[in-house]
Amino acid sequence: MSQTVEQPSVEQIWDWLDAVPDPEIPVISLVDLGIIRDVAWEGDRLVITVTPTYSGCPATSIINLDIETALRGHGIERLELKRQLSPAWTTDWLSDKGRARLEDYGIAPPQPAGGPDRCPRCHGPNVERLSQFGSTPCKAQWRCTDCLEPFDYFKCI
Amino acid sequence: MTRDEALVQGLVRLGDNTLIIGHRVSEWCGHSPVLEEDIALANIALDMIGQTQLWLGLAGEIEGAGRDADTLAFHRDAWDFRNLLLCEMPNGDFGRTMMRQFLFDAWHSIYLGRLLKSSDARVAAIAEKASKEVAYHLERSADTVVALGDGTPESHDRMQAALDYLYPYVGEMFLSDEGDAVLAEAGIAPDPASLREEYDALVGRVLDKATLSVPENRYAQKGGRTGTMHTEHLGHLLAQMQWLQRAYPDATW
Repeated sequence: MSQTVEQPSVEQIWDWLDAVPDPEIPVISLVDLGIIRDVAWEGDRLVITVTPTYSGCPATSIINLDIETALRGHGIERLELKRQLSPAWTTDWLSDKGRARLEDYGIAPPQPAGGPDRCPRCHGPNVERLSQFGSTPCKAQWRCTDCLEPFDYFKCI
Repeated sequence: MTRDEALVQGLVRLGDNTLIIGHRVSEWCGHSPVLEEDIALANIALDMIGQTQLWLGLAGEIEGAGRDADTLAFHRDAWDFRNLLLCEMPNGDFGRTMMRQFLFDAWHSIYLGRLLKSSDARVAAIAEKASKEVAYHLERSADTVVALGDGTPESHDRMQAALDYLYPYVGEMFLSDEGDAVLAEAGIAPDPASLREEYDALVGRVLDKATLSVPENRYAQKGGRTGTMHTEHLGHLLAQMQWLQRAYPDATW
């Protein structure tokens, strides 16, 4: 018996992965986050290369599970998830779409200057840092001194 | 000592440092003076435990005796641990915890910086990941040491007392043995003694800004990284950290 099922294209797989939300910040996808480093077919086996955001981020195992669940749901049977540490993840890999969605969600996107350029709520430019650390490893706590609201900043790494 | 034996020992030392200081920092969870500090300490502990998984995971893989990161963390006794004594020192007050963190972060950032150029690609990759996280740890612990040292008379005195108490545990970072020589020869890791000058300069700059005086006595308490003599504090820490896996081996949930 010959196999007649056609292998989905790599582009198709990327589209499917772009529909898998980050478990902590569900407005952006895993592709937006920049942690999917490669998608490739090795024969009839699909290999997805993933890099962790922070070494101890508890979302990492959930992310792997979500990738597997999504792709199995699209009929992928032979799947391998590879962990890649180097080059280390950087916030430079966040997509423009992801950055815009973060700000709409109330999280200031990372800036090369090392701090947010404006409040994600009122867009005021006067902001101050409360702490280098926040509710998840990838965020810091800042406050707007115009509208006085505290907000999360997705910190550069 | 073969190269692989030296490498496993070096990796266990790195992983035990992050595991033990990570556990210590996690003891603050829910007890910090303010919410932001509580969150920051929990995040730093999390990074440390994450790095532990990488270092001990690689150690177990190279050792090839079927031990993974969890086995190494939860099924060894105090005399098998190879962390610096500094990492197991009790938290004390918030100031002492931050001083301990600063003294460690300063060394950690310099050591990881050297490991970026390791001839072993697996070691270099973990160092690349860890050093980005540690840059944030150092920024925060240095800022806090300056804020408290150059703060009120009360906070200044407490920070000076913390420095005096912890400084005898700094010298151990720069001791070398046969394993270090093997790793240095192979270009895998730096000779620990070669980091002292850079460390003293970095720590001196921050402590100076913090209006604190570096103790003149260079006497070094040692025995942690060789395992010959840990402090009495490590066994108590392990009893809390390991009891579940010891009482219910290989429990999962």
